Amino acid sequence: MATILTVKNLSVRFGEKLVLSDVSFTLDAGGTLAVIGPNGSGKTVLIKALVGAIPYDGTVTWAPDVKIGYVPQKLDIERDLPLTGLNFLRAKADVTGSPVDDVDRVLALVRLRTEIAAQPIGTLSGGQFQRLLLAFALIGKPNVLLFDEPTAGVDQPGQEDLYEMIHRVQSAEHMTLVLVSHELSLIYHYAEQVLCLSYLGQPSIGRPVEILTPQRLEELYGTPLKFHVHEDHGA
Amino acid sequence: MAPSTIVLALAAAAAAGMVGAFAVMRRMVLAADPLSHIALPGIGLALIFSIDPLIGAIAALLVGTMLVWTLENRTRMPTEAIIGVVFSLALAVGSLMTSGEELIHALFGAASQPKPWELVFGIVASIAVMLFVLRERNRLVISLVSVDLAHTSGINVRRLNLMFLLAFAVTVALGLKFLGVLLMGSLIIIPAATARHVARSLNATLAVSVVLAMLSTAIGSLGAVAFHVASGPVIICVAAIFFFVGLLRPRAA
Repeated sequence: MATILTVKNLSVRFGEKLVLSDVSFTLDAGGTLAVIGPNGSGKTVLIKALVGAIPYDGTVTWAPDVKIGYVPQKLDIERDLPLTGLNFLRAKADVTGSPVDDVDRVLALVRLRTEIAAQPIGTLSGGQFQRLLLAFALIGKPNVLLFDEPTAGVDQPGQEDLYEMIHRVQSAEHMTLVLVSHELSLIYHYAEQVLCLSYLGQPSIGRPVEILTPQRLEELYGTPLKFHVHEDHGA
Repeated sequence: MAPSTIVLALAAAAAAGMVGAFAVMRRMVLAADPLSHIALPGIGLALIFSIDPLIGAIAALLVGTMLVWTLENRTRMPTEAIIGVVFSLALAVGSLMTSGEELIHALFGAASQPKPWELVFGIVASIAVMLFVLRERNRLVISLVSVDLAHTSGINVRRLNLMFLLAFAVTVALGLKFLGVLLMGSLIIIPAATARHVARSLNATLAVSVVLAMLSTAIGSLGAVAFHVASGPVIICVAAIFFFVGLLRPRAA
């Protein structure tokens, strides 16, 4: 499997404060990497550094043919913004020089109906808005998808639906997936690799069975965590 | 009132409606008024050195825009706070430098006949501002929803911000002659705020904002002639009436 991403000694500072320290890992094309860690351990910062949205030390090397789709953590938008979902998607199609029918393609992929997408974005529900953001990321046919907390603001059944959908889209589009998540059972199910950030020591990376052990999780979060492993699907 | 005065005012109003639609969506409402105030010290300096006041105003607006943009990039403070401080100071300093009738004209405008170069500059600049907004509207849409998304969509956000601020400053300059330093910011903001309230989509917002800015200017200018009063304040009153009528309509979304 070809390597699509190599990260070496990545550190990020906000002023004096070191928010991400010495992270190194590689990612294979087509794989799924889950990033976990307690609040404030630098998960979102890592994603932003990977997309080049913030300055960093160290190296982030993407394969030359890489095209990144990015789904940010829940956005704070004003409810009365006079922009429809379609305005938003067409804007990206235009800016990235993608064909106009790309909008229909991504709406079908995330199963968002055109009537829903034609509404002002402030009126969409949490789940619909997440689908819209995913659709936005998929415009221009990216081969890597970076997803920051896909299920923030989405209820429990909605979360599983969303993961099913991300997984389905990933398979359909043959994408590499990097996702930040707190849903350990879903990570166990979908991820091949888990990168665990903590502010105590070195970040660790490995297969879910190696990383998501009760001892390690207790060390990480400071409290015993329980999660349900979907045995029927395997890990 | 000379036809060239009306043509120039309508062109400026159209540009104001277009820029205003995005200024309102980009949470620049509070910034719009003070941003127009920086023109005042420019007008004051121009009068002292016997240069055309409009040239002084344009120069001051461009300097002010670069200043805001630089501070925004350096300090990461919200644009509104920076503009609020810098431009209120400009208004204070400008008032000290200008006096009497000239100050009143600079603040509230005067419906004098434009010189030929002012007419040409006004029309060319109005068209340039509108073309800029129309051409860049998709980049503006993405960057106002999320700067990070704009970044990953390949948009140079810093450059886009600078271009938008410049378009805004040019639009303020366009209205100085007939609306003055104090009222031009209002013509940018009020029709756009009305449009934001009644429209549901981007195109509708742009269209309503432009039409209301032009209608307010046309009705206000004619009304001012009929009642023998200054046109600037009447234009803003008409725009505000449209705003309150718009509020009566239940929110579309």
